Amino acid sequence: MTMNLVRAYGDTTGDGMVQLSFTLPVPAGPRAEAAAALFAAKMGLDPAMVVHAKAVGPDFTFFVVYGRSGVIVDLDEVEVHEREFPLLTAKEINLEVRSMLGRRLVVVGATVGTDAHTVGLDAILNVKGFAGEKGLEYYRELRVVNLGAQVDPAHLVERAVAEQADALLVSQVVTQRDAHLHHVRLVAEELAAGWPATTPRPLVVVGGPRFEPRMAAELGVDRIFAKGTTPREVASYLVHALAQRRVAA
Amino acid sequence: MTDTVRRNLLRLDQRTVRRARALAERAAAPVIELARTHTTTSVERAVLRLAGLTGADAEGIPWVNRLVDAVAADVGLGHGVALPVWHELRRGGHTDLAALAQKAAAGGVAFAVPEGRERQSAVTASRRAVARGIATIDRNRKTRDRLLRKLGDPPKPWIYLIVATGDIHEDIPQAQAAAREGADVIAVIRSTGQSLLDYVPEGATREGFAGTYATQENFRLMRAALDDVSAELGRYVRLTNYASGLCMPEIATLAGLERLDMMLNDCMYGIIFRDINPRRTFIDQRFSRQIHARAGIVINTGEDNYLTTADAVDAAHTVVVSQLLNERFGLEAGLQDWQLGLGHAFEINPALPEQFRLELAHAQLVRELFPNAPLKYMPPTKHMTGNVFFGYLLDAFFNLAGVMTDQSILLVGMMTEGIVTPFLSDRDLALENVRYVRDACAGLAEDFRPAPDGFVATRARQVLAESVELLERIADDGLFTAIADGTFGVTRRPADGGRGADGVVAHADDYLNPATELLEATA
Repeated sequence: MTMNLVRAYGDTTGDGMVQLSFTLPVPAGPRAEAAAALFAAKMGLDPAMVVHAKAVGPDFTFFVVYGRSGVIVDLDEVEVHEREFPLLTAKEINLEVRSMLGRRLVVVGATVGTDAHTVGLDAILNVKGFAGEKGLEYYRELRVVNLGAQVDPAHLVERAVAEQADALLVSQVVTQRDAHLHHVRLVAEELAAGWPATTPRPLVVVGGPRFEPRMAAELGVDRIFAKGTTPREVASYLVHALAQRRVAA
Repeated sequence: MTDTVRRNLLRLDQRTVRRARALAERAAAPVIELARTHTTTSVERAVLRLAGLTGADAEGIPWVNRLVDAVAADVGLGHGVALPVWHELRRGGHTDLAALAQKAAAGGVAFAVPEGRERQSAVTASRRAVARGIATIDRNRKTRDRLLRKLGDPPKPWIYLIVATGDIHEDIPQAQAAAREGADVIAVIRSTGQSLLDYVPEGATREGFAGTYATQENFRLMRAALDDVSAELGRYVRLTNYASGLCMPEIATLAGLERLDMMLNDCMYGIIFRDINPRRTFIDQRFSRQIHARAGIVINTGEDNYLTTADAVDAAHTVVVSQLLNERFGLEAGLQDWQLGLGHAFEINPALPEQFRLELAHAQLVRELFPNAPLKYMPPTKHMTGNVFFGYLLDAFFNLAGVMTDQSILLVGMMTEGIVTPFLSDRDLALENVRYVRDACAGLAEDFRPAPDGFVATRARQVLAESVELLERIADDGLFTAIADGTFGVTRRPADGGRGADGVVAHADDYLNPATELLEATA
């Protein structure tokens, strides 16, 4: 058996040295420093050295601590959770679209039914974006049609047909009486009924804070994204899923 | 602040500078003409707010929205709301605007446009009502001037810090703490998506998405809290919010009524980044700037944003072009040079060789082009990574560039930018960074003398030349065409696209806006 056990590395193999910083809601002084040392000790650092303590206003103290952690990780136990698609850069996404489609990829987005919350939709679609990432409008090879809030599912599908959409983005924030699930099912039904049989159906991507990603198949959609999803993840997924579909076809 | 750095260190050709300004004026002219001859739903709602109409119905929709919608449904907005509203107020014997709005919302009023003597009495009554709002704005400006004299105005660069918890009652202690730690300007960032709401929420709010709603009551609460801490510190702490989005004119008005000190107010930001209709935006920004001019508010423009989408080297000249346009639109609306907080940013990829010299060239160019403007310099965001240690270093270089080129307002860069909402300690460390650079390099601007044909001066002259080239194209093709072509922030926005287009109305011959009249009469 090969030994795959590792400790944190400071400057010597096996020394277990780590560094961390944190703030405690305690006025600066000897009591605060002792509290920081105890805090670090309870995190498993032994010894724990409080190397820096600084008052942040009258009620808080900021600390930098160095210490030895006894934690050992067996690399054989490490599980890598990989998303089913690679995360691409904006440039790579644009290139992929161009070489795959030879035209711009059309995304039609809306919040459907009674839901008036466009926060999530706009975070993904608006150039302004989310979490430091630009929205889908920023990608040269994506054409975004943002229908906004409270769109009727039938109307969404009509527009998707008219725009020859490659993907529908449906955002749902309100979850009263499972409205979000109901609305998404309606979109799937309308799409099945209203999409011309001669052309491939667009991908249906759903987003919202209360969705369970594993429910995609049950709701009749291709992918569900949960809270914290960034525009680049959505764009990367679209490119990946459309490529997969072409391979299958 | 030394005058030496604002002298012509870069050897800019002053004829080229004048040509750039003349081109900006030519490009802006047709847009200004459009703004002078059109109104929007939000401009009309701002008129009602100046006349004192506040409050909202049970669904949270403000009475100003209900009243403007009712007038629009009966007689359209081409005459302005003032004529039909004050005519009805007198004719119907309503006790006040709120009573009229409630009745109108219930469908119990038929508005008409008065003529002859009836028109004259509506004109007089509406002027009187709106003048009361303008008087409040004037009083607030006097109060600010008095407090600045009494408490003292902090030296530049002003340190600008953002708070945003979503809950105004959490924001207040955080803002006060930030002021105690050295912030000269507090900005309360708005809830995500407020710019796309076509109404201004009412009251004190405790829940927002990644920010706090801009409401009149939130403005009042925060200004009062900062007045307290200003008195405690012996230094006037300024308050900033965002006059942008579909309600730009109303938010500008509320800022004037509640003595905010600076407002984000860009001529094109909403178009590019929020897909708001271009015409709507330009009409709204003119009215907003007339209010800001009157209120003594410093505006901050948003050129920094272009560099988050476009490349900061390739697109450097688009920043200068936008600054010249913002300057032109601002001056036309009555703002003075000291109120033009033109924006720019430190966003060049740090992996690029000579990145810092390029940044110095851009920052010094802007400083010399706008010697009397309180320039707002924005820290790196695009190239901040999870490596907070490197981010801290990059922020120090940003602070250094700001001090060397004598920038006026420094937004405090956070090493956790784009990673997590800043911790209390992140903000403290960031302020320590600014203080160190500002104190250690105090007066360094005096010693910064770029060689006349060196890298910095040459690069600055090149950016100016590219700006003139682009301005020539815009002046010839028209600003709307340039925006539709994706000139700014690489985003294409056609003139008839975007949100809020249906809220734009051409003036009828008898259009009346008592607010614009009063603001222009004394401008």
